[in-house]
Amino acid sequence: MMKNLKQHTLKLAGWTWSWVATLALATFGPKFIWDEHQVLTTLAIAVNLVNGVMMIIANRRYFNAMDELQRKIHTEALAITLGLSVIVGLSFSLLDQTNLISFNAEIGFLVGFIGITYMLALLINRKRYA
Amino acid sequence: MKNKLKVLRAEHDYTQDQLAKAVEVSRQTINAIEKGKFDPSLVLAIKLARLFKTDIEAIFIYEDQPS
Repeated sequence: MMKNLKQHTLKLAGWTWSWVATLALATFGPKFIWDEHQVLTTLAIAVNLVNGVMMIIANRRYFNAMDELQRKIHTEALAITLGLSVIVGLSFSLLDQTNLISFNAEIGFLVGFIGITYMLALLINRKRYA
Repeated sequence: MKNKLKVLRAEHDYTQDQLAKAVEVSRQTINAIEKGKFDPSLVLAIKLARLFKTDIEAIFIYEDQPS
């Protein structure tokens, strides 16, 4: 079972890196590589989208390969992350709308917040059940 | 829920790792069950009962009021 989980972890890591790489290509490619060529830009975005779908499928398989305690730990971490992301994300957006912060509330901040929250929630949960 | 998993494991001379492999879970899961931090699913409880050739009630003791 643990060997199976390791294989799924590696596959998920592979698709995640691939998704990040294609996202970087789709973001910077139009400006620095192919000079705003629309067909290439569309192709790069499509490739990134397909990679994203493959990453989600790999994540689902990774989840299903976990044992019941691991699944509980991850599910609780996801619940905390979802709740905090919605609440903090909307508050952050309000700060931007009411001009209480001097910079724009970019989606990148939310993605970063989600990643950090999920990692922290996982670490705390793992410790709780250790 | 209390359990006698640690006692049964010792009686049958299993390490946590060996028991985890026998019932197809992680060692952390066995450890969490033994410490009473995690209640296993019915499937896992049945697997453990079958492995130790006993009833689920002989391993897990349900208490109405948490102590």
